[in-house]
Order: sequence, then structure tokens, then C-alpha cells
Amino acid sequence: MSALKAVLAGNPNSGKTTLFNLIAGTHYKVANYPGVTVEKKEAKVHYEGNEIILTDLPGTYSLTAYSLEEVVARDFITTTNPDIIVDVVDASNLERNLYLAVQLMELDKPLVLALNMIDMAEKRNIRVNAELLSEKLGVPVVKTIARDGVGKKDLLEGILKFKAEGRKFRISYGSDLDPALEEMEEIITENAFLTESYPARWTALKYLENDAEVMKKGEAFTDVHSRLSAIVERVEKHLKRTLDTYPETIIADYRYGYLKSVLKDVVKKENETERLYLSDKADRLLTNRVLGPVIMIAVLYGLYEFTFWASETPVGWLESFFGWLGGVADAALPEGLLKSLVISGIIDGVGGVLGFAPLILFMFFIIAILEDTGYMTRIAYMLDRVFRAFGLQGSSVVPYIVAGGIAGGCAIPGVMAARTIKGTKERLLTILTAPFMACGAKLPVYALLIAAFWPGSKGGLMLGITLASWLLALIMAKLLGMTIVKGDNSVFIMELPPYRIPTLKGLLFHAWEKTWMYVRKAGTFILAVSVILWALMTFPGMGEERAAYYEDLIAQVESTVTDEDAQAEAIAEIENLAAAEELRGSYAGMIGTSMEPVSKLAGFDWRTNIAVIAGIAAKEVVVSTLGTAYSLGEVDVEEFAPLSERLANDPDWSKATALALIVFTMMYAPCFVTMVVIVKETGSRKWGAFTLFGYTIIAFIAAAITYNIASLM
Amino acid sequence: MEVLLRNMKVNQKGKVTKINCEGEVCRRIRDIGISVGAEIFVTGRAPLYDPVALKVNDTVVTLRNSEADNIYVEVKG
Repeated sequence: MSALKAVLAGNPNSGKTTLFNLIAGTHYKVANYPGVTVEKKEAKVHYEGNEIILTDLPGTYSLTAYSLEEVVARDFITTTNPDIIVDVVDASNLERNLYLAVQLMELDKPLVLALNMIDMAEKRNIRVNAELLSEKLGVPVVKTIARDGVGKKDLLEGILKFKAEGRKFRISYGSDLDPALEEMEEIITENAFLTESYPARWTALKYLENDAEVMKKGEAFTDVHSRLSAIVERVEKHLKRTLDTYPETIIADYRYGYLKSVLKDVVKKENETERLYLSDKADRLLTNRVLGPVIMIAVLYGLYEFTFWASETPVGWLESFFGWLGGVADAALPEGLLKSLVISGIIDGVGGVLGFAPLILFMFFIIAILEDTGYMTRIAYMLDRVFRAFGLQGSSVVPYIVAGGIAGGCAIPGVMAARTIKGTKERLLTILTAPFMACGAKLPVYALLIAAFWPGSKGGLMLGITLASWLLALIMAKLLGMTIVKGDNSVFIMELPPYRIPTLKGLLFHAWEKTWMYVRKAGTFILAVSVILWALMTFPGMGEERAAYYEDLIAQVESTVTDEDAQAEAIAEIENLAAAEELRGSYAGMIGTSMEPVSKLAGFDWRTNIAVIAGIAAKEVVVSTLGTAYSLGEVDVEEFAPLSERLANDPDWSKATALALIVFTMMYAPCFVTMVVIVKETGSRKWGAFTLFGYTIIAFIAAAITYNIASLM
Repeated sequence: MEVLLRNMKVNQKGKVTKINCEGEVCRRIRDIGISVGAEIFVTGRAPLYDPVALKVNDTVVTLRNSEADNIYVEVKG
């Protein structure tokens, strides 16, 4: 027997994902639906000798063409023709959950209802007569409590036993629409108009609902399309004149009317609308107009501190591990290009990325807690008014904070965290602006410049830079939203699901999934990038004559200086001079030097140019590269005192230069891994390229303006 | 008395009488379960008075005031 194709549909918060995990276990594939960034989970389930391929559709409330998820869900159903649709419904809110079921049934596909969270409903004194519901709707109904693992067997048996009856489901849409629907159905059937994909009545309904997707497909058949459109127009005019309403209003009212009549005897409620449950009482406090924001700030700050505290040790382990690995390579390989490639190119580059993995793991653990408890939606609710002013949504706050809104975050998980934002436009704007935040890798750059030019005011300036980053991100979001990021601001309407205690398994699972994606994506790209950067900074190498000159110098020191310490110091100094000369002569150095005429407008010389280019691999590299360029050897990002002294005493450097470099660092291209993640999350290379070139140009202009104004003062 | 949802106070209860508009906002309003005839109860308002949170069909949902402007509610008194 060939595998049975089943899909899992349902409202968000209906427990659909929990049910999927219950049935599929941990063996499933995560991919994207073709051409879009909507996640698709698929599992092969074996049950009593049968194979079922179960696909998790995105959670939706409806099947309109307004959101990507809905279009994806209905396209998947209509194009892959599953053998069965399992619709997961929340037993506490059947009316709304069945609103989707009605639309699924109108697609004339076999349906099984999973009546989920019945325990919760019973606690609320809502009793559902599952047999009667099954009888009235004409579909099998299986009771499940996915969280406790109840109902898995029944559901699998329901899927296997179900026999499609080829029954046509139809409800009446009243005397104004029914005749028009019939008329349209006839035209559609006669001409086999889109009938390979959709049932005739469904297409007719979608025309009445002004469904952009279906009508676009229909336009290809000019004749039928115009005949249908004419009927729709006639109905619209009639409704406007007689009832002052729209066809889609009538359709929705009739669907709800039908469900109200179905549920009349099925659901017995013994509660009142204004009855407050524990979760509602918690909300009285947690979203209180005064206390709510205070608690929110405390929660966000606390979680943030926890992330850094918890990840500090494993990050340290990984750093030591890669340090040790570098040491092993240093001892095992002969001096030369290969050694330099392995240590500076591969181990440093990959180690830099993997070193971040524990931090990312904990960040996503925290985000999973915020999401799984339901607190994330409350954050969105409380902050929406503020963020809306900049074209964003309340939920944008979390990506911002994770990216470095509290100085020290990381843009990579920040960009990935934007997935929780519902609106397409708001999500894109958040992704594009979160990298402006003061991430952990930018901090050493800021700290270096502050130590050099404003010693003593570190705390105040760091706070100022953090606030300036927020302002920059918000203003850029507003500007991008008004110019190049197209589309309407989306609708905010969302559910505030009851607070729940998340399961540890679920949290670990979410966190691991995201971290693994990061390691896989970032690991492969960063390897290529660090090798390219290494090559740029190494080749063509120093001429033999100059190399011999430095060797001679070292030999001289060795023969003349007898004190061991003094000798080592002198040799290190010569080697640093050689390294600086080599860097200047490298391709990167040539690029940096050739850009000087322009970069001088912002006060940057070739050294700064190379440093910021290298910073694209990872921002903290700016510090170490500056160190090499100033003949100080590799400067450790945490011990930059010699470099800051050097900058403070350099006649080429002034407060104006430092300020310009701070502004530039804040605004220019995000690090490479962030760009990779931006491309992945937006599904478009265009936005990755925009952050690379667009932001760098904007940053340079801002830096040049800063430099010139500051120089006057 | 019929009022706009925007003008309802916290802890006020009512019955939806009309949702009249076309396009995405109203579609979403209905999709989330706010239908004509539904009983609603305003459970809270965000710190800056907007958005509003309300209970419908035992579920708490939230929407912006600009979106609530399409919803007419019959309230007592």
C-alpha cells in the first residue's frame, strides 16, 4: 500500500504543533514551502503496518488570500490533494475554530476533526458532545489532549479508517447570494474553469469575496472571468443599495450563523462571558497600565542578564577549545602559508562563529519561554502603540533587544527572532534595522575609541551610544517604511492565548532547532568568507628583499642584544613592523590605500579602511586589524590599552575621527553572518545586498558629516 | 445603546451588532471570532489606551482602536 498523505490544519494556539510533535515524535524534516519563508514540517509515521506522510500546515484562522500562511495552506491542499485533512480545533472556542473547518470542507476534501484541549474546556465548564458534532457536520471527530499525549492512537486510527465519501458540503448563503452562486457555479462547471484545482462553488465564493489570488488565476480565461465578474458586480451593487453591505460580510455572517446553529445543542456552557479565569486574573496584573510596563522591563532585563550569565562559561570553553586547537595547529604545521591559512583563516573564522553558538542557544531558549508562556503576545500588546509610530509592531521589541538593544546582544539571533512578528512589512523593517543595535562585537570598537579619546566617561558614553542606536534603528525603520519597503502596514488583530507553563522538552527543542540552523548556515558561509579575507590580507605578500631586510634585523638583534627579555621584546617589535608592512602591501591594504582620497572625507586613513572591511567578517575584528596596521601585533579585544594610547597620541587621529568611526561602526554593513541570516529570513538576496552596500554608503555619508562638523568645534 | 468598540470601557460588556467594512481588517476581525451576535467583554487596555483587549467566545483577543472602529456594539445603559 502506498503512503497515505495527511495534512494537519488548524488555528494558531489550537495545540496543532503539540499534536504534530505527539504524532511525529522528533523524527521530522523542517523545510520551507516552495519559494516562501513559511516553515514546513513533514514526518513519516508508521502505524500498524501503514505509512502516513503527515505535513503540518501553517496555523491559520481562515483561508483568504490576505496572509502568506493562508495562501500557502490552501495551495498545498489544492495542489497536493492530500488523502485526508486533520483539522485541530480548540474545544473551548469551537465557533471560531470551526470557521476554518467550514472553509476546509468547502474545498470538498475529506476531513477529520481533532477536538483538542478538551480538558481545558471541561475545566471551564464547557461540555462538548463530540458524537452530535460529528453527526451534524458529517465528519469524524476524535477527542485529543495533545499536551498529555491523549488521543494519538484514536487519531491515527481515525486517519486510516476514514473513507472519503465524495460528499459535497454546502451551506446556504441566503436569498441574496445563493441564486448568484448557482449561476456562477453553472458557468464554472460548463467551462471547466479552474476546476482542476478548486470545486466550482468554492471558486464562485472566492469571486464574491474578491479573492485576489483566485481572481488573478482566473484572469487568464478572459471570457469566463468577465462573466463571473459581471455577476459579482451586480450582486455588490444590489447589496450596497438594499442592505448597505458587502458580499463578504454576508458570507461571513452566514458561516457563523450556520456554526451557531450547529453548536446550539453540541456545546453546553455554564459560564459567563465576563468570568475571569486564572490567566485573565494574571493579565490584570501583568498588563496593568502602570505595573505592566514596569514588570515587562524587569522581565526582559532579567532574562537578558540570565542569557549572558548562563552562556558565559560554555562560550569560554569554546574559546579555550579553539585557542587550544590553534595551538595544536601552530605546533604541528611548518611555518608558512598553510599554517597561516589554517590558524588565521579557518580556526579563527569558524571558531568566531561557533563561539557564539551557546549564546544563541540560550537566547532562543529565552525567546521560546516568552513565546510558549504566551507572554510574547502581551509584550506586543503593551508596546504596539509606541512601535507603531515607527511603522513597526509591538513584537519588534524582542528582536531589537536580542540584537543589542541592551548593549551586548547579537544581531544574528535578533534577526531570527523577528519570525514572531506577524505583519510582513513590520517583520522586514525589524529585520533590516535590528543590526543597528550595539551588539557585543561592536562594543570593543566603541570601548577602544572611548578609552582613547574620552577616558573617564565610559559609562555615560556607552549608554549614549546604546540610546543613539535605538533612535537610529527606529528612525531608519520609519524612513525605510516610507520609501523602499513596500506594502501596507498590516493588521494587528491577534489572540492573547491563556498563559501556559511551557514544557522543558518543547523549550529545548525550539532552542536546539534554531541553534542548529545557525551553526549550519553560518558555519559554511563564514568559512568561505574568512578564507577570502585571509587571502586578501595575506597576498601578494612581502617582496623577498623586504622580508630579507626584516630577517637581517632580527638576526642583528639576536647577535647584539644579550638580555633575553629585551631581545624578545625587540624581536616582537620588528615582527609587528613587518606585519604592518605586509598588511599595507596586501590586496586589502591596496584597497584601503586606494580608498583613502574618499575616506579622508570622514578622516579615515588606509588602516581604518582595512579594519572596517575586515570587520565585515565580525565587528570585533576591527580592533585586532587596527592593532596589526599600527604595528602593535594582534591586539586582544579585551586588552587594547596599547592601541588606545597609540590612537590618542597619533596626529592623524582626533576626537572628530573617533566620533566619525563610532557613527560609521553603528551604521555600516552588518557582519557577514548577519547578512546571510537576513537573506535567509527575507528569502531575498536583494536585502542582504542592500544592507551591505546601502548601509555602508549611508554610514559613510553620516560619518563624513560627523567628522566635518566635529572638526569645526 | 449602540456604541463603537473604541468607546467601550474596561469591564464593559456588549453584543456585536454590526461589523461593516470590506477588506483585510474586517476579514481578520471575523476570522478571530468577532461575529455579529457575539458577546464581548472588554478585559483591558494597553498602557497608552490602545490597543484594546476583549474576550469573545472564551478567548482573549486584542485589536487596535483604528480596527475597533469598524465594530458596533449594543451595550446596556
